[in-house]
Amino acid sequence: MNFPSELKYTKDHEWVKVDGDIAIVGITDFAQGELGDIVFVDINSVGNTLSQEEVFGTVEAVKTVSDLFMPVSGEILEVNPELDSNPEYINEDAYGKGWMVKIKLTNPSEVNTLMDAETYKTSTGN
Amino acid sequence: MTTSALKNIALNEKHISLGAKMVPFAGYNMPLQYSNLIQEHLCVRNNVGIFDVSHMGEFIVKGEGAIDLLQWVTSNDVSKLEDGKIQYSCLPNSQGGIVDDLLVYRKSETEYLLVVNASNIDKDWEWINSQNKFGASLENISDTLSLFAVQGPKATEMLQKLTEVNLNSIPYYSFTEGKLAGVDMIISNTGYTGAGGFELYVENSKAIQVFESIMEVGKEFDILPCGLGCRDTLRMEKGFCLYGNDINDNTSPIEAGLGWITKFTKDFVNKEYHLNLKNNGVTKKLVGFEMIERGIPRHDYEINDENGNNIGLVTSGTQSPSLQKAIGMGYVDIKHSDMGNTIYINIRNNRIKAKIVKIPFL
Repeated sequence: MNFPSELKYTKDHEWVKVDGDIAIVGITDFAQGELGDIVFVDINSVGNTLSQEEVFGTVEAVKTVSDLFMPVSGEILEVNPELDSNPEYINEDAYGKGWMVKIKLTNPSEVNTLMDAETYKTSTGN
Repeated sequence: MTTSALKNIALNEKHISLGAKMVPFAGYNMPLQYSNLIQEHLCVRNNVGIFDVSHMGEFIVKGEGAIDLLQWVTSNDVSKLEDGKIQYSCLPNSQGGIVDDLLVYRKSETEYLLVVNASNIDKDWEWINSQNKFGASLENISDTLSLFAVQGPKATEMLQKLTEVNLNSIPYYSFTEGKLAGVDMIISNTGYTGAGGFELYVENSKAIQVFESIMEVGKEFDILPCGLGCRDTLRMEKGFCLYGNDINDNTSPIEAGLGWITKFTKDFVNKEYHLNLKNNGVTKKLVGFEMIERGIPRHDYEINDENGNNIGLVTSGTQSPSLQKAIGMGYVDIKHSDMGNTIYINIRNNRIKAKIVKIPFL
């Protein structure tokens, strides 16, 4: 299982890649493994500004539905357009092709509340 | 809620060693999936898969009063059964709903095997005993038997390599008692996948021998061990009801499209109620639907009409791995239940368009 060190992580199993006041968000390799085959990603929040831990969408596996939570506060700038027709990208490449949203941080200091790779890895029992 | 500890089926360790993700289900630790649900699903549709469904309950009903008891507690007509034949049926309760759905196996005129849902073993046992005014003798053998469902278009050819019994001579919904993999068992041409195949009832002590023999001979057929996850998606594609989802203590078999297992030519628990529904019409009925707009229906989502009025409830739904589209079943107000009708599934407060279609979906 993969826990890239350049990313930050949440207890809800999202990852964030921060670049200045812009960040890319997805769900972790651990999360996709737990969910199993992802068949639908439902994100209708483009243009919305959401607070940390607010729901920005849902991800559905064959048997389950899970909410997606904002790792940090921000405005949703863009949704990965590939996920509509290729939701399996999240299973195949959770940190790459399976990215979910691009956000503009509204409170960058919140990044400091997130876990580093080692802490997150330990929290998953790995 | 019961707080009793989870039970393990006989092959619990075996499933863990095969990489199964074990989950609590109906009081048992059960394999949900091994590697990949969709792969397991398609393997059953195209080749063959083996499910350990040893959590299922089994009762023996014996004696002179056995048939009278079964005629009274089940909705189907047990007198139509012959030795070696099986009937799908349900246990009506006294409030207009269903205690459970089940299979009734006739071993002889005075001995029957009932196969019930794991989640309802205790409830069924108490209910049937409470109705036993006929002197039948009952035995709960659920904890002694393992059950393997070997399902898929290649199941018969594969299993034939392990038995002298001519499997092609066992018609659908029939069974025989014989040896397979060197073990005495009930070989039953049934299943919950609509993919064809057999269900094998084996003493727990012989379960590992049977399972390993099947996995070994199954290699050349690309067999996969399959979990409850794909069992659910497979049954949904065929529109088979799942107790607790599509039927329950409050649904009539007439509303559920189970009129074909409800025979009014004999007396049974609460017959008049269901006969009245049949004669005078139901107010809601179970329908199948497929999504037109994007979204996946799930158990307990509301069904709306075009104006947003609540007209029903989703009972089962999934993304169908075989059809690659979202399908569901649910109870809909009879006025909206015509084939081809547009309905809306309320998914996270969005009304997503769907269309009523015929069951089975596949």
